[in-house]
Amino acid sequence: MKKTGIAIAIMGLGFGLMSGGVSAADMVVKLGHVGPLTGSISHLGKDNENGALLAVEEYNAKGVTIGGKKIKFEIMGEDDQADPRAGTTVAQRLVDAEVVGVVGHLNSGTTIPASRIYHQAGIPMISPSATNPKLTQQNYAGVFRTIANDVQQGGAIGKFATGTLGAKNIAIIDDRTAYGQGLADEVEKSAKASGGKIVAREFTNDKATDFMAILTKIKAQNPDVIFFGGMDAQGGPMLRQLKQLGINAKFITGDGACSGEMLKLAGDALSANAYCTQAGLPLDKMPGGKDFKDRYKKRFNLDVQIYAPYAYDAAAAMIEAMKAADSTVPAKYLPALKKINFQGVTGNVAFDDKGDIKEGAITVYQYKDGGWNPVD
Amino acid sequence: METLLQQIVNGLVVGSVYALVALGYTMVYGILGLINFAHGEVVMVGALTALQTLLLLMGIAPDMAPLLKLAIAVLVAMPVCMILGFLMERLAYRKLRNAPRLAPLITAIGMSFLLQTLAMIIWGRNYHTFPQLISTDPMQPIPGVFITPVQVTIVIVSALVMAGLILLVTKTRLGRAMRATAENHRVAALMGVDTNAIIALTFVIGAALAAVAGVMFASNYGIAHYAMGFMPGLKAFTAAVLGGIGNLGGAMLGGIVLGLVEAVGAGYIETMTFGFLNSSYQDIFAFVILGIVLIFRPTGLLGERVSDRA
Repeated sequence: MKKTGIAIAIMGLGFGLMSGGVSAADMVVKLGHVGPLTGSISHLGKDNENGALLAVEEYNAKGVTIGGKKIKFEIMGEDDQADPRAGTTVAQRLVDAEVVGVVGHLNSGTTIPASRIYHQAGIPMISPSATNPKLTQQNYAGVFRTIANDVQQGGAIGKFATGTLGAKNIAIIDDRTAYGQGLADEVEKSAKASGGKIVAREFTNDKATDFMAILTKIKAQNPDVIFFGGMDAQGGPMLRQLKQLGINAKFITGDGACSGEMLKLAGDALSANAYCTQAGLPLDKMPGGKDFKDRYKKRFNLDVQIYAPYAYDAAAAMIEAMKAADSTVPAKYLPALKKINFQGVTGNVAFDDKGDIKEGAITVYQYKDGGWNPVD
Repeated sequence: METLLQQIVNGLVVGSVYALVALGYTMVYGILGLINFAHGEVVMVGALTALQTLLLLMGIAPDMAPLLKLAIAVLVAMPVCMILGFLMERLAYRKLRNAPRLAPLITAIGMSFLLQTLAMIIWGRNYHTFPQLISTDPMQPIPGVFITPVQVTIVIVSALVMAGLILLVTKTRLGRAMRATAENHRVAALMGVDTNAIIALTFVIGAALAAVAGVMFASNYGIAHYAMGFMPGLKAFTAAVLGGIGNLGGAMLGGIVLGLVEAVGAGYIETMTFGFLNSSYQDIFAFVILGIVLIFRPTGLLGERVSDRA
């Protein structure tokens, strides 16, 4: 019994050496990706993961050589269920698996607590979609994002509501997540600063489907504009319920509900009164957008939801930094990542000293002809 | 005033759905003393089965009258949920009937996870748009108070279904057998009641009600999703406890009261507390009411016949 065991071990060793010999030049480097793959916004989580996966596959196909070795990148995809606690658990799992960098997480609420774990382990992370300002205000050296933050987005929404739409009375709803609340706070600040009056500030949560009670309350205040900070899974039903209550105010929502899914979920409740904003440019107007759309469709047979291009650029930024530093060791390529400057799918990718993307654009969209169309 | 009336309408609609789901909890509890936490998931299976049927019907018979389509969808969803309810009882709970009370409770929670995951595998992770075949165009019976035909349908259907259930339990032979089993299933068995069949039937009836609730819920909000049953399930359970778990009338009253408390609470909590609390405490408000009721009436508003059970 013992002998067979040893024999198997030796055989195994032999095979190990053989296979090692065949691809001696290939070194596997693992990048982590985290997003919600289950739960109400798992469609967005999968979209992000696909974005990062596409980047890694394309670099592998092109062939990347770092430190004289041919590198094969792999994505280790984890599910944080959009839950802050699950987020820290999987963050620790990625650290233990010795990934060299992390693309993620999707939600601000999960990204902020997880960023501390990556920071302590010295692993750089780039979130493609967490827009809460607090993320980069923690002054963690290895924390970046490829999307404009909510100070920029909220500021733009507040000015748009009071300026372009000429709104006096504004009602604000958020879903009490770090993202929704953070964005709503910025909208409130910006709207007040530009002369608007906040007539109602209401709250829901990220699992709710019924908003009749808070919308009825808002209706009594007769606002010109209602802003919702939250995701499409709530935004869609909310828009339907606005119609059911006969509320004619203009409805603005942030990037979390600025998706194709939102169009389906809100259905015939959509009108020219519905607006949403997106950090960054529309996919078709991104420098590499059209091409990315086709490559993504070809690879996954799915349409891009929202953040896939940002996840793609986040993964690309890491790989570019590794190439520039000629090392896949986190501590060695981090300085290169801070100074990175290249043309990505979403535009020029370069970070400021906090880790925020330098050229973070905001686009306002209006519902027209069955889709979201950029407002000039 | 319009705002208050509107909030009452909102509360009644939500409360009717809670009440219908709460009946399923309370029937099973009344007979077995088991809290079937997977009941909310039966609501979800009902909605998604109906959705699947509707999509199929739209494919093969696009010209069929919308209400007929919806009726067919409900008639498909109900038997599917009834079979599911039967299987749940037969496979998961029957063997544990004489086990300590914690074992079936944990099994029920496990069943809830299992059904959610299976639904996620079958129907995917995305939110689905549920066709709103009953009109959602608002009407104004009183100026300034809006109600949609689908909401009216929900309240009427709930009331009819609940009335039917009460008649079934209080007036028929079958109902008498159910009440006898609830009181003491060993003695009922000695009197010639097939208690296994009655218990299975209780699950089946509860599941049928859940299917109706699922379709109404999805029709009202226009969405269906594999995790959609969890929150209404939890709220309905709260409603059942509020009204007095094990008591049919209590489940209905509890559902309506919870719906009203939530709507009026969310609307007025800020004014009532002078801005100290706001609508993010909407759910807490409902649970505070539950707490107060349970302090003064530990068996809920209408009460359970605890002494009879013992």
